Amino acid sequence: MEQQSRQAVPRLDSDFDRLNRDWYIDKAVQVLVFLGGISAIVFIIGIFVFITKEGFGFLVGDFNFREFFFSPNWRPTSENRETFGILALIAGTASVTGLAMLVAIPFSLGAAVFIAEFASGKTREFLKVTVELLAAIPSVVWGFIGLAMMNPLIIKTFNVPVGLNVLNAGIILGLMAAPIMTSIAEDALKAVPDRYREAAEAMGATRWQVIYKVVLPAAKNGLLGAVLLGVGRGFGETMAVLMATGHSINIPTSVFDSVRALTATIAAELGETAAGSSHYQALFTIGIFLFVVTFIINLLADLVVRGVRKG
Amino acid sequence: MTAMAPIPGRSTERSLAIRTSKLNLWYGTFQALFDVDLDIRQGIITSMIGPSGCGKSTFLRSVNRINERLGYVRTTGTIDVMGQNIMDPEVELVQVRKQIGMVFQRPNPLPISIRDNVLFGHRIHNAGKRDARSEEDGIVENALQTVLLWDKVKDKLDKKATALSLEEQQKLCIARLLPVKPGVLLMDEPCSALDPKGTEAVEELIWELRGEYTILIVTHNMAQARRASEECIFMLMGKVVEHDDTGQMFVTPKHKETADYIEGRYG
Repeated sequence: MEQQSRQAVPRLDSDFDRLNRDWYIDKAVQVLVFLGGISAIVFIIGIFVFITKEGFGFLVGDFNFREFFFSPNWRPTSENRETFGILALIAGTASVTGLAMLVAIPFSLGAAVFIAEFASGKTREFLKVTVELLAAIPSVVWGFIGLAMMNPLIIKTFNVPVGLNVLNAGIILGLMAAPIMTSIAEDALKAVPDRYREAAEAMGATRWQVIYKVVLPAAKNGLLGAVLLGVGRGFGETMAVLMATGHSINIPTSVFDSVRALTATIAAELGETAAGSSHYQALFTIGIFLFVVTFIINLLADLVVRGVRKG
Repeated sequence: MTAMAPIPGRSTERSLAIRTSKLNLWYGTFQALFDVDLDIRQGIITSMIGPSGCGKSTFLRSVNRINERLGYVRTTGTIDVMGQNIMDPEVELVQVRKQIGMVFQRPNPLPISIRDNVLFGHRIHNAGKRDARSEEDGIVENALQTVLLWDKVKDKLDKKATALSLEEQQKLCIARLLPVKPGVLLMDEPCSALDPKGTEAVEELIWELRGEYTILIVTHNMAQARRASEECIFMLMGKVVEHDDTGQMFVTPKHKETADYIEGRYG
């Protein structure tokens, strides 16, 4: 009897073993996937905690809200009295981003409409690949184009003393932001159901009427999302604006004024400050500000694009 | 198996809304229509029946040339609508589609307000001059009254049309064709996405519209063809098998294929 049952048991055991192994693998994969999933959140929080910690001393100590946001004087190394006003830097970033959007919106919208509504087959594939390729150009290369090509071109064309200015950086940044905006805008146009186009065409609408009376209104949330992401891109871009703006602190009154961007200031100055000094902490406070602004812009873009899916 | 000779006793003087001769159509290399000769009389409801893939929808979609959207469609032969060959290269597609309205299988109101939906075609065909608001209001009310939708939607004309029920959407899709005064209405299984109540309501509406409009309606539903059309066309494998008065065809079909299909032995 005992012998028999002993013979029967091992088979069961091995079955249970196999189940156990599968169970462990299953659990392990679950944990891995979970870790992968939350890692993004962990990193974001980690980064936020880090820059907040570094800028914290400034925020509770020397921080003067009015001076920081409303003074155009960024004199972090002044002998008499250091001032940390970022108004001019905000104006620099905003003017460059604004001009960039003026350049990028017509380009990207036109490209998206052409790719989504007119091009077909090989042309379409070729264009999509090209746009993606354009998005992959490193920003330092764009900065180099601004410095080496646009600069003399602007000096010669407009007869101005300096070619590194809002115009230069705006165009460069616009061209940089256009590919990603094109991709997202094209997705938005493609998401418009074909039966809307068919309905409009059957009523006698021409292709152009179909686009501006039906497709563009139906895709407007997605298109707005594309623009917002472009703005976010412009806000956060560092290297190209550092190279193309002229990097001089200035509230611009024309597109030919040189300016300095928030991001470029951090990139250029952080390496030369003593860790823990007010200057160092002020730069990190700029970092917090940038972080919050881009976070809000991206969140808005996300909400807007989500809106299009719902209705 | 070409189209049959005119039905004896039917006056040929009575004007024709649609007349095709030797209509052949290919999707790429696949031939979907074979020498279709059809005479569709003005002011009545003609239904087209036949199993899936028999070419009835293809025929319907060639009459307003919406087929051409696909890009790989080739057609030979002629299609005369109200006496004009719409395949003529000199004909303007916009004008063709103004004269020929189409209702689709799935209701497809545009994602704009009910009011703008009704006025969409009207505004396209009156490009340049914009009517006064009061005039547009009249057009909207008129069209919606005709499709028996006015009382239901008059207080929410600025709401999105896509929020309506399917039945209401389909009625709206019919209403938006009316302001440009088309002669012909093409309907591609207009009730197949609706529940029985909606089907009944839309069918009644279509019945009301006959006389003023020539209606060509494709349907899968033989009961619908029988009760809601005056003439009936039976198609099979891209060819017209039989075209007769609906009553006649359902009682005494002339061809064996028609009889088989009607009695449910086929398709």
